[in-house]
Amino acid sequence: MNKTFNQKAWFFVIPVFVLVAFNAAVPLMTVVNYSFQETFGSNVFAWEGTRWFKEILHSERFHASLGRQVIFTFIILLIQLPLGIGIALTMPKKGWGVPVCLILMSMPLLIPWNVVGAMWNIFALPDIGFLGNSLNTLGFDYNFTQQSGDAWFTTILMDVWHWTSLVVLLSYAGLNSIQPAYYQAAEIDGASRWDVFRYIELPKMKKVLTLAILLRFMDSFMIYTEPFVLTGGGPGNATNFLSLDLVKMALGQFDLGPAAAMSLIYFLIVLLICWVFYSIMMRDEARS
Amino acid sequence: MNKIKWFVPTIYIVFLMLPIYWLLNMSFKTTTEIINVYSLWPQDFTLDNYKTIFTDSTWYMGYVNSITYTVFNTIISVSAALPAAYAFSRYKFLGDKHLFFWLLTNRMAPPAVFALPFFQFYSSVNLFDTHIAIALSHCLFNIPLAVWILEGFMSAVPKELDETAYVDGYSFGRFFFKIFIPTIAAGIGITMFFCFMFSWVELLLAKTLTATIAKPIAAIMTRTSSTSGYELGLLAAAGSLTIIPGAVVIYFVRNYIAKGFAMGRV
Repeated sequence: MNKTFNQKAWFFVIPVFVLVAFNAAVPLMTVVNYSFQETFGSNVFAWEGTRWFKEILHSERFHASLGRQVIFTFIILLIQLPLGIGIALTMPKKGWGVPVCLILMSMPLLIPWNVVGAMWNIFALPDIGFLGNSLNTLGFDYNFTQQSGDAWFTTILMDVWHWTSLVVLLSYAGLNSIQPAYYQAAEIDGASRWDVFRYIELPKMKKVLTLAILLRFMDSFMIYTEPFVLTGGGPGNATNFLSLDLVKMALGQFDLGPAAAMSLIYFLIVLLICWVFYSIMMRDEARS
Repeated sequence: MNKIKWFVPTIYIVFLMLPIYWLLNMSFKTTTEIINVYSLWPQDFTLDNYKTIFTDSTWYMGYVNSITYTVFNTIISVSAALPAAYAFSRYKFLGDKHLFFWLLTNRMAPPAVFALPFFQFYSSVNLFDTHIAIALSHCLFNIPLAVWILEGFMSAVPKELDETAYVDGYSFGRFFFKIFIPTIAAGIGITMFFCFMFSWVELLLAKTLTATIAKPIAAIMTRTSSTSGYELGLLAAAGSLTIIPGAVVIYFVRNYIAKGFAMGRV
């Protein structure tokens, strides 16, 4: 659509601008302030320059939690994307199955995040939880509160349970937008099921899939509440992801300076990766 | 082939329902039974957990609080986003692209980063522990989302609609409220659904900004682990009840969900 140039449009944007600036700029500036200062409590501050940034960038604690976070996000994307696409491909296209699938599959998305954590905690308890008890009955030595491997397994399974539906819904919507003519043409050409997927369905889903990757990246990289309730970062530091470590530092130990510096580094990482995705999306949109 | 097609979604749905079933199962058990007996369904069926929640005001007020700030937030987000989305979809103006990306960056900010400054900020303007504070703080991620979704729907409406209305002598206000808003009603519905959803499930900010008066239900749940041991039955009942508002909302928008996602703007 060709848009007209009109500076008065700013008046329409003012309410949004004020509300978001009020919420984003003021707290962000507070964080920036802290990141350059040392606090001695009761509002006494001293200038520290870039000391906290240097310290955080060289601290093993930060490297460890960043490493865990990257591995977690990577595994999540690796499991949820193919799984979500696969389920969307097998979902019914019409009839009573459609609303049933949509409603039941959206359920996990609308449960408060700490309830998700609590639910999985109860579900995975080795003695009285269905998952934990079943695994132990089958002969596995499963205890997510004591063994770090099990804690990882449970956290990943929980996230797959919680968020795969988002990828399913997005892919399903992408698939539904494909005209039947494409499939008819493929049939006439004698294309195999794989060819149909590779050359028709996948390209048509490109836009929604970019969005799915973007959303899943952002949210799994910022994950806090669910692992906090499920494992609390434990056992030891096994599932201590970036957000968890950050909140521990800021609200638990009250190390405001280092915590603020870490916040900014964290935010910049997310921002950088999202900017790359956003540019790719916008470039594709401009081309089509 | 057809049998396999039914197989995959069915297995997936069973996997989704299992933890929910387990939560419901526990909510109908007494705490003693939960700790001592492992059973797939309640042996000693009881509604006591639910009774406790519905008779104790510290419990049920949690639900009232959560719904209050969620509704506030939905109204604020959508009404502020409507004119902004219109501006983004219809006009070019100085800094429009940068502003749009800046809005989106706020959806990308980890809430953990903002928890402490929010606490200090809202305390300093005397809004700490009020519903409006949570509603405003959730605007941080809901307004960008609302603008994004609405802009998608509005751009799908041809510009000729606006021009015809002006030729017919409509003023901007009358056109916007009488013609434009009804045209994109489905889009507004979907936007409200997503604002409701993200405000309902968020806890970190809601918990940080409240003490007693406006405390959300999800935060009240955490106290079951501190007082009188670990009341799993009560925790399960409270958790089960938090699923209901979401389920109700999904039921109402079930026909629009797929369409909303199809816009590629969620």
